[in-house]
Amino acid sequence: MITVLAVTFAAATVAPWIFRKLQRNAFYVLAAVPAAAFVWLLLQYDRVYPGKGGNPTGGFIEENLPWIPNLKLDFAFRMDVLAWVMSLLVLGVGSLVLVYCARYFKNKDANLGGFGAQLLAFAGAMFGLVTADDLLMMFIFWELTTVLSYLLIGYARTRLAARRSALQALMVTTAGGLAMLVGLIILGQAAGTYRISAIMTQAAALITGPAQSAVAAAVVLILVGAITKSALVPFHFWLPGAMAAPTPVSAYLHAAAMVKAGIYIVARLAPGFSESPYWLPLVLGLGLATMLVGGYRALRQTDIKLILAYGTVSQLGFLMMVVGLGRPDAALAGLALLLAHGLFKASLFLVVGIIDHQSGTRDIRKLSGVYKSSRALAIVAGIAAASMAGIPPLAGFVAKESVLETFVHYGTGHSGAGAAPEPWGLVLLGGLVLGSILTFAYSARFMWGAFATKQGVDRTPFKAVQPSFLAAPAILSFLTIVYGLWPDPVDGWIQPYAALFAAPDAGTSASSASHLALWHGLTPALGLTALTFAAGVVMFHARNLVSRAQSRVPDWVDGDRAYQRTVGALDDVAVWVTGRTQRGSLYFYLAVILTVAFAVPLTALIVANKPLPGGVFLIDPNSPLQLIAAAGIVVGALAAVRANKRFLAVLMVSVTGYGIALMFALQGAPDLALTQMLVETIILVAFVLAMRSLPPELRDRTGGKYRVVRVIIGVAFAVTMIFVAIYAMGARIAEPVSLSFPRLAYEGGGGLNVVNVTLVDIRAWDTFGEISVLAVAATGVASLIFVRSRGERLDKAATIPEGTVGRRAAAGGSSRDDASLALVRKFAGSLTDPWLVAGRTLAPERRSIIFEVVTRLIFHSMIVFSVYLLLAGHNLPGGGFAGGLTAGLALTIRYLAGGRFELREAAPISAGMLLGTGLATAAAAGFVPLLLGGQVFQSAIIEFWLPLFGDIKFVTSTIFDIGVYLVVIGLALDVLRSLGAEIDEHFEETSSADAADQGDIGSAAPIASPATTGGSAATAPGKGIP
Amino acid sequence: MSVNLTLLIVMGVLYACGIYLILERSLTRVLLGLMLLANATNLLILATGGYAGLAPLFSKSTDPRDYNDPLPQALILTSIVISFAVTAFMLGIIYRTWALARQDDIQDDAEDRRVAKTPSFDAEDDSVVPEETSEFPVTAVTEAAKEGGPL
Repeated sequence: MITVLAVTFAAATVAPWIFRKLQRNAFYVLAAVPAAAFVWLLLQYDRVYPGKGGNPTGGFIEENLPWIPNLKLDFAFRMDVLAWVMSLLVLGVGSLVLVYCARYFKNKDANLGGFGAQLLAFAGAMFGLVTADDLLMMFIFWELTTVLSYLLIGYARTRLAARRSALQALMVTTAGGLAMLVGLIILGQAAGTYRISAIMTQAAALITGPAQSAVAAAVVLILVGAITKSALVPFHFWLPGAMAAPTPVSAYLHAAAMVKAGIYIVARLAPGFSESPYWLPLVLGLGLATMLVGGYRALRQTDIKLILAYGTVSQLGFLMMVVGLGRPDAALAGLALLLAHGLFKASLFLVVGIIDHQSGTRDIRKLSGVYKSSRALAIVAGIAAASMAGIPPLAGFVAKESVLETFVHYGTGHSGAGAAPEPWGLVLLGGLVLGSILTFAYSARFMWGAFATKQGVDRTPFKAVQPSFLAAPAILSFLTIVYGLWPDPVDGWIQPYAALFAAPDAGTSASSASHLALWHGLTPALGLTALTFAAGVVMFHARNLVSRAQSRVPDWVDGDRAYQRTVGALDDVAVWVTGRTQRGSLYFYLAVILTVAFAVPLTALIVANKPLPGGVFLIDPNSPLQLIAAAGIVVGALAAVRANKRFLAVLMVSVTGYGIALMFALQGAPDLALTQMLVETIILVAFVLAMRSLPPELRDRTGGKYRVVRVIIGVAFAVTMIFVAIYAMGARIAEPVSLSFPRLAYEGGGGLNVVNVTLVDIRAWDTFGEISVLAVAATGVASLIFVRSRGERLDKAATIPEGTVGRRAAAGGSSRDDASLALVRKFAGSLTDPWLVAGRTLAPERRSIIFEVVTRLIFHSMIVFSVYLLLAGHNLPGGGFAGGLTAGLALTIRYLAGGRFELREAAPISAGMLLGTGLATAAAAGFVPLLLGGQVFQSAIIEFWLPLFGDIKFVTSTIFDIGVYLVVIGLALDVLRSLGAEIDEHFEETSSADAADQGDIGSAAPIASPATTGGSAATAPGKGIP
Repeated sequence: MSVNLTLLIVMGVLYACGIYLILERSLTRVLLGLMLLANATNLLILATGGYAGLAPLFSKSTDPRDYNDPLPQALILTSIVISFAVTAFMLGIIYRTWALARQDDIQDDAEDRRVAKTPSFDAEDDSVVPEETSEFPVTAVTEAAKEGGPL
């Protein structure tokens, strides 16, 4: 079975290529796949039916392939009698439909390859569904058929009707499928296994056992899945809607696949679960309602395909009742009817396809004289329709006879000694007869509508039908006759399945068990059949009367409209909810998130109502000076909130930052203090560089009533955090893990600075992750500013003419500004001493001799100091972060003093290169130990002697720190290049453009070069020289 | 376990101010608020280390309990540098917003507003479908007949 499935799906995968080669004839190739499987199936007959000596319920073939052992999910397949009979239908009809497709479609039809693949895969999925022995496996195939039917129904994707019907079928069957999944899981959990065969053996124990209510619910949920799939009332509407599919698809869907899946699952579970409390009411009630509604509706249709579609709805209800009754005679009759229905319905649909194909219409008001045009077609159709109506000696008659007999026994109880009549049995029987009358009437109406010559209607032009086109329906009709005349083999196939059911009357012996036969004698069932025919004939003859009566009755079961309303209402609710929650306002989202963030812990704290833990001190006894730092931070934070100038707010935030650096120092964390100071300084510069073009005012734009909300959320969040922190810290009972860090750092890491060793050794993975983030952020900054590249191009300073960078065009007027500008330029002319490499490229008014000299003096010292911090960090405060930031600051000073070309000269290596090298170095420090037989990021201590330096103790984690150092420099450099140098260029471009446009320098956009503002960058950005 | 209220109160003030600032339309203020929140969180982590102590520079004669806890310190160090990177990135965004749109504001998402106004009528779901009684429109059939193509 697994091979069959694998081959089928593999063939479906390559189908599009076959179609490219052979065009529509490729359908023949595809048809060969299920045909071969069909032959294989016949060869398995002996194993499934071991004969007289074997098990009365038949043999089986099992195949298992482990899939996910942890979930106990296997590719578990089991071919038993039921699966064998179903497969017969699935593979046989599937093969014939594919053959038929080869003549139905035209070579020029679009997407034929995909369509063929889907149809074949559909057959494969159906086969998998009926043979799967695992509930979840079966569900997977179940949903596969749903998805594939969606694709097949929506084949004509340019037609709205097709798309909508496909979606409708998908929604309805998926909704049922999900309900079924829940039911399957409940059932599987209750049974302790998902293996279907194992569940069936303990079914009786399950429905009476301790979990009986759960099992009953599971059975109802599974039935919901079956009901939606098999288009029972109230979900019947999707099936006529699915008529938008190409007719071969409809044929397969209606006769052998998809809708039969629901019948199959009922048939599969009936032997064990038909005793479940809600089973019979659901199956019999909905089945009967569906049979009547379908038949009634079929009589009103004018499209022959729709007559058949509603006919299928009716027949599905019929089948569901019989298969679900849970008695051996019903099981026999049910499967017999299933096979008969498959044969005649497939044949009829294929005939409809031919009529549509040859005449261009399916409307019975336009069709006329088709019988005269194609007798063969009419005969094929006539046999199938007669079988549908239950006329002897055809398959439909045999099956229906046995169904009637079953229900006669069920209703009257005289099949054996002591069997009491079921109270509703006679009602059901009456319903069945009424349904059969309707079936007879719409069968007649179908034949009349499709083939008769009607008065007042022109004879429909009809092209001759090729034998190859007619072959598939002809074979099916032929089988219908064979089955009717010689039902014994079918009887033999089904009897073992019927034997699974406990006979309701213990006295029934094997000899009196029911059998399929053409002639049972003069039984009540035969009488009912005769009544059916008589009433059916009357109804057909009075068809005008009937349709007039029908048109007066309003539609009380309009599932389609109900579905549309439901979907519409769902859409409206979704839009409403989205509109209320997804408002597009960040303020709203944050307010909701933060409110939840404080409300939930606060509620928990209040509900728990625990006393405050001990050990809470207002002032740290070891470090009372913290109060001063605290006061500074609080003042800074409040001032930052109130500041209405941009740079004032930035400065105030910096105050808190520096205050926190002090706090770190007082707490005993020199590394943190150092790093925080450096970072604050660089951030301050970055702020000034990035924001010099923004207006200086900082208006509060979310004022008014929102301000109160903001204050409330802020304060409540803060208070919550304080108490959460107090309780969390008070709840600590274990020794801190870090108590062993100092010893670990010294003995394992070979360093005295515990924090640094923690970063580069004990928790090196963390740090590695962090520098990766730094590299990403740096790249992000660069790409935000440079947009198109990472911005590695910048000319060497030597190629730039003197005094051109950031030059202000002189105004022609006589204002004081111009005078001072001229004065500055005069002095600057003598400033030729090359303190900086690229100082000369700056416009004279941008330069500051003091700044240049100071830069010259301290730059190299800072770089040396940064290297010192890097290397000393292992034992003293410092390390890669502090060192890298110091180097970054040194570069910042160079840039501020000498402009962007100075930066280029100071850091000839690109930032990307630095980041990459740094990451690579750190990574190497991680994996090289692996190559040497150690662990990732394991460090080693190497001691050696160097002349001049003396004894050197080198710890390899320093290499990792060097990587960190490089990445941090890369980040700082990227910030300077992007927020500094590149924005400078933007300014110069826009200001020169402005100058060219207007010739008006006074009102040109503020030109700011950091060189002019360097000394007082924080307070006077972009003002130029006074 | 000791709890240092000074740190926690300062943390609270920073949280309150930071949240007040991020609930604001001005991007610059949102960034400043984020920086305050980062500082507050650093203080929270610092407070988990207990009282002030000796700088964690190993010396054999010191009891490990006398050091200030080195683990929170390592975490904070990471956090400080990451905050720097995030701040730089946000600065890039602020500059870009200004350069493109001359705005320092967080705008409402127009697409979200549009979704909220979606009408309940949807052509794909609700328009009337003409009744079709054939997959083979007459014109196509007659054409095929003229061409004498395969049936």
